[in-house]
Amino acid sequence: MNEVYEARIPIYPRAVKGRFRNLKWTVLGLAYSVYFLLPWLRWERPHGPDQAVLFDIPGRSFYLFNLLVHPQDIFWLAGLLIIAALLLFMVTGMAGRVFCGYFCFQTLWTDLFMWIERRMQGDRAARMRLDRDGPAFKRLTLRTITHLLYLVAAFATGFTFIVYWGDAPTLTVSFFTGQAAYAAYFTAGFLTLTTYVFAGILREQVCIYMCPYSRFQSVMFDRDTLIVSYDQKRGEAAAGRRLMGKGPRDHEARLADGIGDCIDCGMCVQVCPVGIDIRDGLQYQCIHCALCIDACDNVMDRLGWDRGLIRYTSENALAGKPARVLKPKTFGYGIPLLLIIGVLIWSIATQAPLDASVSQVRQPLFVTLSDGSVQNSYQIKLNNKAQQAVTLELRISGLPGAVLDTGRIETIELLPQQSTTLLARVRYPAQPGVGQQRPLSFEIVPVAPSGMEPVVITSQFSH
Amino acid sequence: MSASDKKTPGKAPGTEVETTGHVWDDDLCEYNNPLPRWWLWGFYATVIFAIVYWLLYPAWPIASTFTKGFATVTFEVEGEPRTTHWNTRAVLAREMQSGEMALRQQEMLRVVADSSIDEVLSDTTKLAFVNSYGRGMFGDNCAACHQTGGAGIIELYPNLADDNWHWGGDLASIEHSIRHGRMGYMPDFGETLDAGQLRAVSAYVLNIAGHEGDADLIARGQSIYLGPEGGCVACHRPDGAGLRALGAPDLRNNIWQNVDVLGAASHEERLTRVSEMVARGVNRQMPAFGDRLSEAEIRVLATYVHQFGGGQ
Repeated sequence: MNEVYEARIPIYPRAVKGRFRNLKWTVLGLAYSVYFLLPWLRWERPHGPDQAVLFDIPGRSFYLFNLLVHPQDIFWLAGLLIIAALLLFMVTGMAGRVFCGYFCFQTLWTDLFMWIERRMQGDRAARMRLDRDGPAFKRLTLRTITHLLYLVAAFATGFTFIVYWGDAPTLTVSFFTGQAAYAAYFTAGFLTLTTYVFAGILREQVCIYMCPYSRFQSVMFDRDTLIVSYDQKRGEAAAGRRLMGKGPRDHEARLADGIGDCIDCGMCVQVCPVGIDIRDGLQYQCIHCALCIDACDNVMDRLGWDRGLIRYTSENALAGKPARVLKPKTFGYGIPLLLIIGVLIWSIATQAPLDASVSQVRQPLFVTLSDGSVQNSYQIKLNNKAQQAVTLELRISGLPGAVLDTGRIETIELLPQQSTTLLARVRYPAQPGVGQQRPLSFEIVPVAPSGMEPVVITSQFSH
Repeated sequence: MSASDKKTPGKAPGTEVETTGHVWDDDLCEYNNPLPRWWLWGFYATVIFAIVYWLLYPAWPIASTFTKGFATVTFEVEGEPRTTHWNTRAVLAREMQSGEMALRQQEMLRVVADSSIDEVLSDTTKLAFVNSYGRGMFGDNCAACHQTGGAGIIELYPNLADDNWHWGGDLASIEHSIRHGRMGYMPDFGETLDAGQLRAVSAYVLNIAGHEGDADLIARGQSIYLGPEGGCVACHRPDGAGLRALGAPDLRNNIWQNVDVLGAASHEERLTRVSEMVARGVNRQMPAFGDRLSEAEIRVLATYVHQFGGGQ
């Protein structure tokens, strides 16, 4: 009977020290510091919560330090996503899967979980021994502790996520006293579960079977893209790789025999977190974490040979051709990227404190009044994005003889973050003539506090 | 050719791929690339999910009925609690009664109902609520006749957006109209007046509104309007201002709601249209909404209509 479903073949990655491992620890440290500490950073605001980063869904406001994002600024998110996508495509085209190797949540959290595993159960050899023929009690105890620690780390992750969505100290207290909203418990629980399952159990299977990026990253690659690559020519030479124990041990003697520099120690395979052999060439499973480079460099250092048998290089460079960085693809992604970054910065920098829109009521477009004049109605939406209360006055201009009627509303007072909708009428002694339009401007003038720019919105008067 | 009976797994010739062991035509074999085991567990999880779902929600049809599920919804019908199986209509009903937004809406409705008319009209927050809640109510109850936005239809339903009111345009009058409905009636003069008299009185009525015409005809029409033949003056007043208590329109302006005067191409056609209307009379009714809407809702609707721009 053939198995339709295959149990995971366990991978026991060996610990490794080196440049790339250090870089990965640095990135991980930075990412974790930001993720776990940011919601606890306080920030003084004249109005609003004193939390530096707070995504206030019920209040319809996202607080990012001194920036306040409203629902109508949602296109910033679109800009941010486009920037992220273009940046990913450009970096992948130039430097390969650096996202996967250093920045992906799956990689970062798996690294942490592997570190826990290593602390509890030892390195590769010890873990293999424990799994194969360790005493059942010891195995069970160590595994239980490991998984408990996984759960603690996973819960810290899930819980930290929810404190971005409410005042962190208050939410923490209410969470642990059972007073928080159902959504908080569900989200924390769900993220705890997914973190535990993905980083603790599934690990490389997420990259190989679930992640779409591993499947389509190859279309962004070209022969100039930097990839983690085994130097086949140097490693295999004419007679292939060979273990140090067999045949000559001396570099010159090996070279004379046509043996490559690869001593087939298997270190690159042992340290690989996805369990592949980089010497088989470029593979979609490879997350380009470069730990095999560290492993191989360490071996080469010990032998006193040149580093770089496995290195970051490109197919062109390996083939001895010049490798280009400034290729059309770089510009094709880079120019739109700069453009959108510019637009986003400009849009955020020029954000008006007062947001207003005027829409003419179209049913009916106009009515004739008993004195023969024509009346148009307008729906005016006002939104105070400033951190202070404002008092506004509505005026019209551009149509001499027109009269503005706001009923008994003379001034509009808006608290910080408050918005309102107002109906206003404009009367003008025009003869009704269907389809005629005259330009008209609405001026929303802040009378208090002084110094705020009035907002002018052009509209039209129909008759 | 038939599949060989070889059932033990093997290797595909010349490859390292494992096969199921079935070989056809000497070298045609079926690769065995098993799915990861967690995929299997994922499948079991969906099965468990399905069973839980069946238990909670209406699921299985049984002849003329179906399994109801344990997840029930309780809501009120005329003050009595009612519990049904889970369905979106019941969830909506419950949401409209006890949902967070529904409660806020009821609270605002109470605030508006408890405020005086002056307070509502001079408060942006209350007006904003009136305008958004009123739009929905107007759509449900009024727009079928008066049209979205209250423009009405000439000859059929009055325009609520202009400042010409048959029954009064202040908030109290509008509330009265909504609560009790209105009966608009003008007798038909088709049998009491002959064609010439109808033409003459029409010329006079058009003249009141500012349309010039044959002076003799207008003079004849005036005597009919004021005299016992027509008796128009009883409702429309000597100056044409109209008696609001009877819903008689003001004839002095050029707003025509019972007859399409402004759509006429010539004065002759205007005369014809008004004559026909006077001969025909008017008999219109607006239903009373007092027993259908609460006082708070009537207040919101009246304020909303007032906000159309013709309110006085």
